[in-house]
Amino acid sequence: MSTVPRFWRHIPQRYNLVGTHCEKCDEYYYPPRTICPNCRRNAKMEDHKFDGEGTVVTFTTIYNATDDFKRQTPYNLAIIELLEGPRLTGQVICSPEVIEIGMRVKPVFRILWKEGERGIIYYGTKFVPTEGWV
Amino acid sequence: MPVGIVSYGVYIPRYRIKAEEIARVWGEREDMAQSLNVFEKSVPDFDEDAVTIAVEAARNALKRASIDPARIGAIYVGSESHPYAVKPTGTIVGEAIGVDHQLTAADLEFACKAGTAAIQACLGLVSAGMIDLGLAMGTDTSQGAPGDALEYTAAAGGAAYLIGREDLAAEIEGFYSFTTDTPDFWRREGMPYPEHGGRFTGVPGYFKHVTSATRGLLKKMKTIPEDYDYAVFHQPNGKFPRRVAKSLGFSADQIEPGLVVPWIGNTYSGSSLIGLAATLDVAKPGDRIFLASFGSGAGSDAFSIRVGDAIEDIRNRAPRVRDYFENVQYLDYAVYAKHKGKLRL
Amino acid sequence: MRSVSIIGAGCTKFGERWDDSLRDLVVETGIMALEDANVSGDEIDGLYVGNMSGGRFVEQEHIGALISDCAGLSRLHVPSTRVEAACASGGIALRQSVLAVASGYSDVVIAAGVEKMTDVTGGVAADALAAAADREWECFFGATFPALYAMIARLHMHRYGTTREELAEVAVKNHHNGSMNPISQYQMEITVDKVLRSPLVADPLRVLDCSPITDGAAAVVLAPTDLAHKYSDAPINILAAAQASDTLALHDRRDITTLDATVSAARKAFGMARLEPEDIDLAEVHDAFTIGEIVAIEDLGFVEKGEGGRAAGEGITAIGGKIPINTSGGLKACGHPVGATGIKQAYEMVLQLRGEAGKRQVQGAEVGLAHNVGGCGGTALVHIMSR
Repeated sequence: MSTVPRFWRHIPQRYNLVGTHCEKCDEYYYPPRTICPNCRRNAKMEDHKFDGEGTVVTFTTIYNATDDFKRQTPYNLAIIELLEGPRLTGQVICSPEVIEIGMRVKPVFRILWKEGERGIIYYGTKFVPTEGWV
Repeated sequence: MPVGIVSYGVYIPRYRIKAEEIARVWGEREDMAQSLNVFEKSVPDFDEDAVTIAVEAARNALKRASIDPARIGAIYVGSESHPYAVKPTGTIVGEAIGVDHQLTAADLEFACKAGTAAIQACLGLVSAGMIDLGLAMGTDTSQGAPGDALEYTAAAGGAAYLIGREDLAAEIEGFYSFTTDTPDFWRREGMPYPEHGGRFTGVPGYFKHVTSATRGLLKKMKTIPEDYDYAVFHQPNGKFPRRVAKSLGFSADQIEPGLVVPWIGNTYSGSSLIGLAATLDVAKPGDRIFLASFGSGAGSDAFSIRVGDAIEDIRNRAPRVRDYFENVQYLDYAVYAKHKGKLRL
Repeated sequence: MRSVSIIGAGCTKFGERWDDSLRDLVVETGIMALEDANVSGDEIDGLYVGNMSGGRFVEQEHIGALISDCAGLSRLHVPSTRVEAACASGGIALRQSVLAVASGYSDVVIAAGVEKMTDVTGGVAADALAAAADREWECFFGATFPALYAMIARLHMHRYGTTREELAEVAVKNHHNGSMNPISQYQMEITVDKVLRSPLVADPLRVLDCSPITDGAAAVVLAPTDLAHKYSDAPINILAAAQASDTLALHDRRDITTLDATVSAARKAFGMARLEPEDIDLAEVHDAFTIGEIVAIEDLGFVEKGEGGRAAGEGITAIGGKIPINTSGGLKACGHPVGATGIKQAYEMVLQLRGEAGKRQVQGAEVGLAHNVGGCGGTALVHIMSR
């Protein structure tokens, strides 16, 4: 239960891909950064909502997960590069035979995990292949 | 001032199980599918529930009419499978579609008709000028006990309707509701599966209420079935809507575009609203649509709808109902049981 | 700055130490190291211990005071500090100890590492280890530690043509080395075929690509080089102790197939030691997963980028090869009690450079390198030592 405030704090970033953009160097960040590593103290950061379309940079299929995720196995985890450039880690919902490096994906709203039977349900963004999904 | 539907969106999970597969497991007669006129039903993924379905439907509704979510002043979500007994679905949906936080929200439950009740609540606020836009949703990942007759139909899906005064895709000309205390179907607090009255759900439940609401609205509107181009009746299976339509004087052609239950099953709070969406997917400006929902317990909300000019502009900007009939993935009973959490660990 | 030497070293047997607690492991290794260094308790004026997650594994924090107490040093009130950098906690403890001695603040300092991992279930252990990754932006979405290395492996295979069999060759070599190391958790040799038939953990990585859950502790004793001969006939000189950091999350790296923290720490270390990769006779590198060794030998400059996959199969990294890697068996076979690993690497270097490594001895070993990684590259340490 201790993670409820930690989750709640990031609801805008988890339900939608709200990251940041440095106006100074025009670099986009997701997950959001408070300090731009290019400009540091000279940075001018603003929020930016990403559409969430991207491509798979690399991926794995997890067969052995932590307790919170073990009912979901096997599931695909990927590093996804968004169109604006930043990379994030997220699940890609499709058969392990389908996912490949370079595959285009788009975001969907799903349950990430649940805190057992009694705890909170953590919702957020996962990805599906752009081709072959409504 | 006319009020009605500014936009609509649906979402149906991509998994299906065939009725014959369920019948195989439980040793039921092979013609179960034909007798129910339900051949397959939608099944949610492990990580989908009434909330995620509502969010996807709502996002489709916003996309279809390019609506600024800050205009939404009320969110009502009808479902009988809200994932939390206490903790609203509507707040999660609101945050996920990026609303301004100055809005009212509440979850509704009235078996399969909570979604149309949500539309009525929004119509009231919009008509009174209290809000600009209201978001009304019906969404469910309905449960049928293993082996029960309900298991052949209990499906997952949802629809979202943006109710407002301007740029109407369809005007809601009037509605009429009929409500009694009829315990034909229920689920007690904490119970995983609903109970039902078997054949008692038919005549005293579905038929009495849908018929009463329909006749009431036709009388109120001074219309007859022939005045409507299309009709949508709640679809617990593929038989009831056909039978009630016929008895009320509606034709098979009128209900055909909105009769989606044979291919996705009964999506409960989503059922009649997905049927309406499938009809809006094909209707022309000026067409009239008759809609009657049904919720066990029991009640029926009937609506008289006239399709507006905006429909042509917005129709193709989000997935249509039948787009969700493509690329489906069939599950066997074992995987379906895993998806639905029927295996208690 | 004073130059620093290792005057004694000790390491427990690695493995599932069901009979022993974290405290027992600390006592066991402490006694070994102090006897080896021939120092008495009242000569010790500092202690650093690497421990990743006492809080999660044995529900014990304040490991610094605990180990000083267990070692019988409480009445001497020796300053004792626990340091943490996930799997690089041991490496950090070593480097902090080096800095303490080099600065002149302390003379005799113990650098220790300990992890007791088997008191919790596999699921809890996996989650504790996943805390080395980014909890908010990796683990929250289902990332596990093997999954992150699997994504490195996938891209390395895609980009450089590294094969599944080449990954397995690393495990085969390290199990072979481990079979000659008495403290090694695994004493059995394995085959490529056996690796390829082991269960998938995070595709393409299988169980036999992964280091195990291990209990163990290790300690080395440091002193200024000019005092070292007072304690030891064969002190080992620390020529460089370099550390670097990088983004916590793998997705933020400049290049997912390179650990820039390793590259940076190696560059600094070779500069300090005034040596080149060619001058190194053997190395212990961070093979928490087989791909880890392949990437490490590239990033340390022992082979060209993209060529790491071939090294094990071609014998380049075998004992007797051009650059023997992980003679101890590595994390893969010797075991990976996370906080102890960085110190165990130094322990292996001490044995090899003293010529006491038995059947796995690298003949004529004079200069060795130890490479310890925290997380999947958020921290890296490179120590270079000579006899």
